[in-house]
Amino acid sequence: MENKKNIYRKLFTSTFYLSAFTFGGGYVIIPLMKKKFADELHWIDENEMLNLAAIAQSSPGPVAVNAAILLGYRVAGITGALLTILGTVLPPFITLSVVSLFYTAFRDNAVVNAVLKGMQAGIAAVIADVVLNLGGNVLKEKDIISATIMAGAFIATFLFKVNVIYIILICGSIGALNLYLKIKKIKKDGNLQ
Amino acid sequence: MTLLQLFLSFFQIGLFSIGGGMAAMPLIQNQVVNLHHWLTLTEFTDLITIAEMTPGPIGINSATFVGIRIAGIPGAIAATIGCIFPSCIIVSLLAWFYFKFKELTVIQGILSGLRPVIVALIASAGLSILKLAIWGENGFSDNLNSINLISVVLFTIAFVVLRKWKPNPIYVMLGSGIIGGAIYLLV
Repeated sequence: MENKKNIYRKLFTSTFYLSAFTFGGGYVIIPLMKKKFADELHWIDENEMLNLAAIAQSSPGPVAVNAAILLGYRVAGITGALLTILGTVLPPFITLSVVSLFYTAFRDNAVVNAVLKGMQAGIAAVIADVVLNLGGNVLKEKDIISATIMAGAFIATFLFKVNVIYIILICGSIGALNLYLKIKKIKKDGNLQ
Repeated sequence: MTLLQLFLSFFQIGLFSIGGGMAAMPLIQNQVVNLHHWLTLTEFTDLITIAEMTPGPIGINSATFVGIRIAGIPGAIAATIGCIFPSCIIVSLLAWFYFKFKELTVIQGILSGLRPVIVALIASAGLSILKLAIWGENGFSDNLNSINLISVVLFTIAFVVLRKWKPNPIYVMLGSGIIGGAIYLLV
């Protein structure tokens, strides 16, 4: 294991860096966090990253900050959480402090608008890439309930704009019930697969 | 007094906005425009535009923007701390609870139901951004002329590059911003 100071430094710089480039809120930073902390640093596995994202989404406050707290805590306890909070909050704080001084000029700037328009396509591609990996892994489990939840939740949020809180309550209950039934069945059959 | 007021307002915004960005918007408007008259409605609309143009959660962006306009840097700090304070407390408790009890069957069950939801939410956010990139503010249209071809090409190239060479996604985002930006400015 790397020494503590090194981990602290990496936690702060990684979250700072991710937060500085996260245009578009919680659902852009979660795929980036997965790439950084699961695929690159291997500090956490993919399923656990999704667990943390689920908790972050179900809690009050900005999703990106919540996810950062959970990740920091998981990797390095309370100190880790404080560092990731700081790393996540500082970039927008600095950017907005500067922009608020001349915000109309910034808002109407042709170069800024052109670059942001160009970035939209890149951000969409990054998310598509991550969704393909994550969605593929959900389907690989060959669990009909997981696949149905994924499809149902997508339709509910994208097409019908259902409030996320309801989706979370319903799907969390389905998950708990499903596991309970599975365990009951295993106990009844008397074999642990 | 103003600092305390900023802290308390954004504390409420942080506490009651469950589900991220869009859920926070009406709460921010209520506190900042309707209750305290810190911003006019036009300024608030500008704030939303700028929040979407700059990185970071909309809650933090608004807190910094409103705080700095009302009471300078100390105001921005008070509002930002207010906004993340509820998160820090509640999520820390949840984190402690989760890491202590994550082996519990019921927690495992709930999370197994929520993991596919998170994938769906990420997919939905991605598709919304793609729709915005291709059709702009007006949304989907079957008129071929309303398609932004530059976005389609940028998206396709970025996607292929990501699948094939697995580069750091931030470079792909910046690259498409710089290349796309240059094309938009030239044509």
